Amino acid sequence: MSNLPVDEAIDPLTVTGRPDGWNRPPLIEPDGEGELLEVAMGPHHPSTHGVFRMDVALDGERVIRLKPVFGYLHRNHEKIAEGISYLASMPYTDRLDYICPLTNNWAYALAVEKLTGQEVPERAEYLRVILGELTRFQNHASSIGFLIQEMGASGTPLMYAFREREKILDLFEELTGARMMCNYMRFGGCRVDPTAAWLDKTRKVVAGLYGFTEEVDRLLSGNEILMARTQGVGILRPELAVNAGVTGPMLRASGVNYDIRKVDGYSIYNRFSFKVPLGDHWDVYDRYMIRLLEMRESIKILEQALKDIPGGPVMDPKAKIRGFRPKPGEAYGRIEAPKGELGFYLISDGGPNPYRYRVRPPSLINLTVLEDMALGANMADVVLIFGSVDIVLGEVDR
Amino acid sequence: MAVDEGLKIELGKQGVLVTSLQELYNWGRRNSIWPMQFGLACCAIEMIATTMARYDLARFGAEVFRPSPRQADMMIISGTVTKKMAPQVVRLYNQMAEPKYVIAMGACAISGGPFKQGYNVLKGIDRYIPVDVHIPGCPPRPEALLDAFITLQKKIDGQHLTGEGRPRHLDAEAQGEFPVPVQGEHDLEPASNPGVWTVPVVIR
Amino acid sequence: MKTVEEIKAAIEAAVPGAGVEIVPNPSVSGQHSLRLDPATARAVGKFLHDDTELALDFLSNVTGVDWPDKEIAEKVKVTRTVTKTVDGVEQSVEETVDETRKRVEPGCLEAVYHLYSVTRKHGPVVLRMRTVNRTGQVSLPSLTPVWRSAEFQEREVFDLFGIVFEGHPDLRRLLMWDAFTDHPMRRDYVEPDDFDYEPTAHDEVLARAQAHKDAAGQGTEAGQ
Ligand code: SF4
Repeated sequence: MSNLPVDEAIDPLTVTGRPDGWNRPPLIEPDGEGELLEVAMGPHHPSTHGVFRMDVALDGERVIRLKPVFGYLHRNHEKIAEGISYLASMPYTDRLDYICPLTNNWAYALAVEKLTGQEVPERAEYLRVILGELTRFQNHASSIGFLIQEMGASGTPLMYAFREREKILDLFEELTGARMMCNYMRFGGCRVDPTAAWLDKTRKVVAGLYGFTEEVDRLLSGNEILMARTQGVGILRPELAVNAGVTGPMLRASGVNYDIRKVDGYSIYNRFSFKVPLGDHWDVYDRYMIRLLEMRESIKILEQALKDIPGGPVMDPKAKIRGFRPKPGEAYGRIEAPKGELGFYLISDGGPNPYRYRVRPPSLINLTVLEDMALGANMADVVLIFGSVDIVLGEVDR
Repeated sequence: MAVDEGLKIELGKQGVLVTSLQELYNWGRRNSIWPMQFGLACCAIEMIATTMARYDLARFGAEVFRPSPRQADMMIISGTVTKKMAPQVVRLYNQMAEPKYVIAMGACAISGGPFKQGYNVLKGIDRYIPVDVHIPGCPPRPEALLDAFITLQKKIDGQHLTGEGRPRHLDAEAQGEFPVPVQGEHDLEPASNPGVWTVPVVIR
Repeated sequence: MKTVEEIKAAIEAAVPGAGVEIVPNPSVSGQHSLRLDPATARAVGKFLHDDTELALDFLSNVTGVDWPDKEIAEKVKVTRTVTKTVDGVEQSVEETVDETRKRVEPGCLEAVYHLYSVTRKHGPVVLRMRTVNRTGQVSLPSLTPVWRSAEFQEREVFDLFGIVFEGHPDLRRLLMWDAFTDHPMRRDYVEPDDFDYEPTAHDEVLARAQAHKDAAGQGTEAGQ
């Protein structure tokens, strides 16, 4: 296909030096005994993550090659969004990463606000932070639950996670009218103003969340099976992580200090004090631990935000949310979503619909390194490594 | 079948259980519907939520999710079926042993839902396989899924084992396998299975 | 962080012959971009990645944009000689008239890259590259050898827009199946005709709204 030579001199971290695709020679030498076994894991459930397929070549139990196959949930979000108005895409963003609808709303609202220059009132910023951190909490809780489920502990940890998630979903439902598809943020603010009772209820729920992190910590962190299965498995070196565009807890578990909440300081995150946990073994256990610690930091942010939330409007009264035509131009807005950097790239040609609408999906790009982490691992560990990436197929395939 | 309902209850009070083969058979079938562990999109998360402690699907005898189609009785199409996935869904359905049932959960599985305009989205799974219960919603609440279960149980309960309208697995003539669509250059071929689905007629 | 002008100067100093052009962005976001010449793009990419001051080590987003052929109608003043009869004598007279001319501006496919720096925590720097046209010459150099994160994203652009990335180690379709032949994100893509008409509640609502409008004596199209 290509007539340009692949540049030999370029960093070996990158994919250069690996000839074409599935047919390239294995990176790891098979031991020469027996045959390679090719297994298609999925698309009907390789684990609890949805319609994803991994084509794996095995030498005994060892993984020699792994090629992810995408597209089983490609729902044409971008194409549809280019045919409808800016506002009409908002409910579709809920369905990208369907575990965390509110952060998706937020990223999209942020990108449109960048494009049009709309201001967000202070109360709305606080609400966005509160909802964003609640979303992060429940995402990390479920992701730990799913990870342990994939380890073989069928049910129990996931049930604990979902117990907590239900509490948070109840808050979402009370505020936005929907458990999962909240469709809450708007360009220049939020859709409805919460009542004082809702805020009180949220404070109560948040106060109870510490108990959950403690419980998970006590139940799992020192668990011998968990440690044996995850420590030293699926190591991702920081240089590769940065080069491959890995973001979110995955990147920080590899010891790279890059949290967009701190780096960009978008919204009002610079007002809160919180830490960015970093891993130093770069393995699956670190990714589990980072999520646990991030949950604690989220509670800290939540407490501060719930304490200081000011009164005032939740929508900029001058903001136009429907029927506007941004000036021709483009904008890229990004936030630290629970799974990584979620970005929206919009090009306006002056019309009521975006000319180009692109979602930068953290889940897809984090999977770039899946093969590198899985090579040489045992087949049973592949599922764990895959689970530790924490993806949602709605976002991978869009 | 010929036993009078009132007499049956009366006998039940005396400790005598009177039943018919059909009732017994359907009772057994309806209370152990094992779903296939298989989720497609956002609706699958609500399906998982249904199986968790709060909604507790186990109350209806359906908590045993089987990863293999051979061991499952029911398929919950929970989410958007894309054209890339549709052949696999049909194939999985074919691999399930009779008697088998399908719940189409959510707007997407019914008709494509919010993504109906998409070029890669199948406009309803009932174009290829027969569906027993449709649940509207985007996503349907866990309660709606529970209701679908109860509806399905009622349906099983009402089935006669002989004669017209008997379940497919007792009908030697019935179609067991459904053709798997092929992924063509532009679209799935054929775009629907005319044996299962016909284009709706608009009456004006 | 350096401004786009400074980055342009730095590139031109480091990579001789790099044709870099600034594409201004008139929107409030103010994210201006740099259009690279495909011939030197990979060298420029490597420079941006390795330069200690810019250190753009993190390629966040890769995407394609389709710019179809545009028909531009413009009014031009044309001077032409016409033969007229003036005072009974035939003469050639110069006359200026307005004429509408149609010109087709050839379209292209564009790849857009958003770069950030993890080490220096700045960004974004936006790079763009254009193909020659939309039909035959649709190849661009792949930047995957510089930033691994382009691997899947360039495959996606290849799949949905049809840009062929030269030097990509594994250029296959990412989202659609292999037998698929179209590039659905292009603006002239024709969707398969599988949208059979199904009556929906919506139709009834529309018909009722139309009836109300008709009754009020302001008939407009349904669906407005
Ligand atoms: S019906 Fe709605 S919630 Fe369910 S899969 Fe479709 S888009 Fe997702």
